[in-house]
Amino acid sequence: MSPVLSFNDVRIRFRGDNAAHAAAAVDGVSIHLVKGEIFGIVGESGSGKSTLANAAMGLLPSSVEVSGSITVNGREMIGLGPDELRHMRGSEISMIFQDASASLDPTWSVGEQIAETVRAHRPVARGEARARAIELMGEVGIPDAAARYNDAPHRFSGGMRQRIVIAAALANNPQILIADEPTTALDVTIQAQVLKLIDALRRNHGTTVALITHDLGVVAQVCDRVGVMYRGRLLEVGNAREVFANPTHPYTRALLAANPAWAKRGSRLPVVPAEWSVETPDFANAGGTT
Amino acid sequence: MSGRAIMARSATPSGRRPMSASTRYILAGGAILAVLGIAAAAAPLIAPYDPESMAVREVMGVPSLLHPFGSDVLGRDVLSRVIYGLRASLLISISAVAASLVVAIPAGVLAGYFGRWVDSLISRTLDMILVLPAMLLAITLIAILGPGSVVAAIAIAVIYLPILARVMRTSTLVVTRNEYVEGSRARGAGHLRVLMTHVIPNALGPVIVQASVLSAFAMQLEAGLSFLGLGTQPPTPSLGGMLSDGRDVLTQAPWVEIFPGLAIVVAVLGFSFLGEGLRRAFDPRGVAE
Amino acid sequence: MSRLLMFVLRRVLVTIPTLIVMSIVVFLIIRLVPGDPVRTMLGFRATEANVAELRHQLGLDQSLFTQYLAWTGDLLRGDLGTDIVSHAPLSELLMQRLPVTLELAGLSMLLAVVAGVPLGVWAATGGPWSRRLTEGFVVFGVSVPDFWLGIMLVLVFSGTLMLLPPTGYVPFVDDPAANLRYMTLPVLTLATGEAAYILRTTRGAIASVMGRPFVTFLRAKGISERRIVFGHALRNAGPSIVTVVGIQVGVLLGGAIIIETLFALPGVGRLVVTGITQRNYPTVQVGVLAIATIFILVSLITDLVVGWLDPRVADGMMK
Repeated sequence: MSPVLSFNDVRIRFRGDNAAHAAAAVDGVSIHLVKGEIFGIVGESGSGKSTLANAAMGLLPSSVEVSGSITVNGREMIGLGPDELRHMRGSEISMIFQDASASLDPTWSVGEQIAETVRAHRPVARGEARARAIELMGEVGIPDAAARYNDAPHRFSGGMRQRIVIAAALANNPQILIADEPTTALDVTIQAQVLKLIDALRRNHGTTVALITHDLGVVAQVCDRVGVMYRGRLLEVGNAREVFANPTHPYTRALLAANPAWAKRGSRLPVVPAEWSVETPDFANAGGTT
Repeated sequence: MSGRAIMARSATPSGRRPMSASTRYILAGGAILAVLGIAAAAAPLIAPYDPESMAVREVMGVPSLLHPFGSDVLGRDVLSRVIYGLRASLLISISAVAASLVVAIPAGVLAGYFGRWVDSLISRTLDMILVLPAMLLAITLIAILGPGSVVAAIAIAVIYLPILARVMRTSTLVVTRNEYVEGSRARGAGHLRVLMTHVIPNALGPVIVQASVLSAFAMQLEAGLSFLGLGTQPPTPSLGGMLSDGRDVLTQAPWVEIFPGLAIVVAVLGFSFLGEGLRRAFDPRGVAE
Repeated sequence: MSRLLMFVLRRVLVTIPTLIVMSIVVFLIIRLVPGDPVRTMLGFRATEANVAELRHQLGLDQSLFTQYLAWTGDLLRGDLGTDIVSHAPLSELLMQRLPVTLELAGLSMLLAVVAGVPLGVWAATGGPWSRRLTEGFVVFGVSVPDFWLGIMLVLVFSGTLMLLPPTGYVPFVDDPAANLRYMTLPVLTLATGEAAYILRTTRGAIASVMGRPFVTFLRAKGISERRIVFGHALRNAGPSIVTVVGIQVGVLLGGAIIIETLFALPGVGRLVVTGITQRNYPTVQVGVLAIATIFILVSLITDLVVGWLDPRVADGMMK
């Protein structure tokens, strides 16, 4: 099966004041997502996972150097012109972010914000777009969708707002959805609901989901496969269950062991050393890649 | 990192950091005001002529070596009158803003620090001044008290009182909620001590910025009042008054109209630049508005 | 819909005490004039008996509070008093003069908004050159005293080019073309300064909104940049811009007083100024009252527009 979303040896550099010390935010990452899977990208802050995602959407500022290849349905995203980029976004590949409240325009009604996504990519009449938006709102679990179409975002709870954001992102049935920490800002109970929603939508529409998170619990709940990132490098990739059961890379092992939910009672939580150099050959080659 | 676009720092080719914008503004504004201020203060020394002396033979003279800014319809030297007029305008504007600060700072501090009924009382009272637009209030006050420089200064001071007090109040609020103030109070420091040592020094920034900005407007307001004949009274030279007089000979002797106006513009620019520089230095978040 | 109605009602109700406070302030200020208005009116040959009688006639021997009530009663019935100098009823005078001031202020603000907002949007989104070009205009517009600008414009357009008249006025209903000719320079004068302010405010507000996270999501949805700026940024920046416009109307009305004097326009502002020099206090009072009322009503409209633009304000969530 050909991959729907492919990262091939992607390197991303921010140009700092002194070119010699320019940090590589992403250093040679290759990931291939197949249709219909939920792929979790896991890592701590600064691992480069969000940068990678933004690169796929073309959302990085022009001063950032991106090399390698990122393809969506075979189409190269790096260096794509602004018009084609705009075409792809929201119709073939969508992205949702951590803070749903910050993602919605506070002065527009939620229904309109979903409807505008529809009209941005297809020439439909207002009425039809409205109907589609109401349909989507129902699908993501907003009760009484038709009545709430005209409500402003501040009238909804955090979990509801994230559902609306998901509805807007999926309005045109994109092949790929990138979810960047979609549940981090939510309560644990709401987290589970939103993840279930993403899972259900994936099953119903065949969407491929790249789920970015620092929370292993999230990965365990919904991901088919998982990739572990650290300091811009991909350390380990594989089936989620297997990686959790038998982590090959020392970093992955430390991450899992450091999770209070999984640590054995009475044992000390391990510390992942900050100075762990990614350059040492053991480290770089330790993980298996599927 | 959340999904925000990540901003990269721009590279400076030489590697050296250029003078910050705030410093440039402060220097520019300060330089302008220093020049004008010295000229105004030293008016008796540097003005080439007595501003009120009329030379009948030099009526409406074009700008020349004898009269760098020309002469007006009564033969008075425009340059000297501009210098003296600037002196009057600067004096009125600065003293008006200073007088306003003297009342506004304590009022704002008290309102912001103690809050509740103190705040309500002070804020509501001051807000009554805002009911009338500025120029209208000034004119009305002058209608009561009679025209003149002092009255104009008082009127301007009253107009800016609520604005300055509000800025002071807001920045006091911000500073007071800060933990080191609460810590200081917890250690038993009295209100006055806390106010003098912690609150006021840190809260003064925005109001200084606003005072500078308002000084620019005060110059314009004063000029407007003098233009209407309600501010500085003749024969004392005033920039606004000169602008009014110059209208009669506008086409024949435009320099009588141009130079006083330019003087006002330059002074306003000086205050504005200074204010902008101070704002960038002290108040980047924009409490003063 | 009923939420919006409640918001409108609330705002309108709040305006009423403001109007009352303003009227009290105006009333007291005029009453504070030193000297005896009755003696001023009668001249120095008046006897004590004359003074006492006129004082009683005018109701000035009653308590301040009673006087205030009587005065507001008269106002609401449309009796604005009489001009001391011309003995014309002030209500008539006001009716003649108000349209002039309204036309001047209205056209000026309209022009300022029509010029300032689009330029401000351009300055915020157009790239480095747009910012530099507009910055010069902003600095100029904010620093130059408007009456000096007016005189300079007269110098250029009337004195030198002989294109437009320096003074004078014709009512719009009599001759629209001539009316606009006379109003061109005054309106241009006032509008320039205001446009600079509005440009600066718009520029700042739009730039600020464009930096907010929801804009990133809009781009991620594939919404065009144009739609983001005009459909979303402008709407979010709207409240700030409208609020500044509301405040600036007050400044504009103040400037109009001077501009009317400068261009000899028969408006309310000029009425007030001449009233002061003539010690014509009833007239000054009515003029001030009229201008202040316009200002308060404009503030009300501004608040309502802000509430319409930003649903959070209408729901009472923000100040």
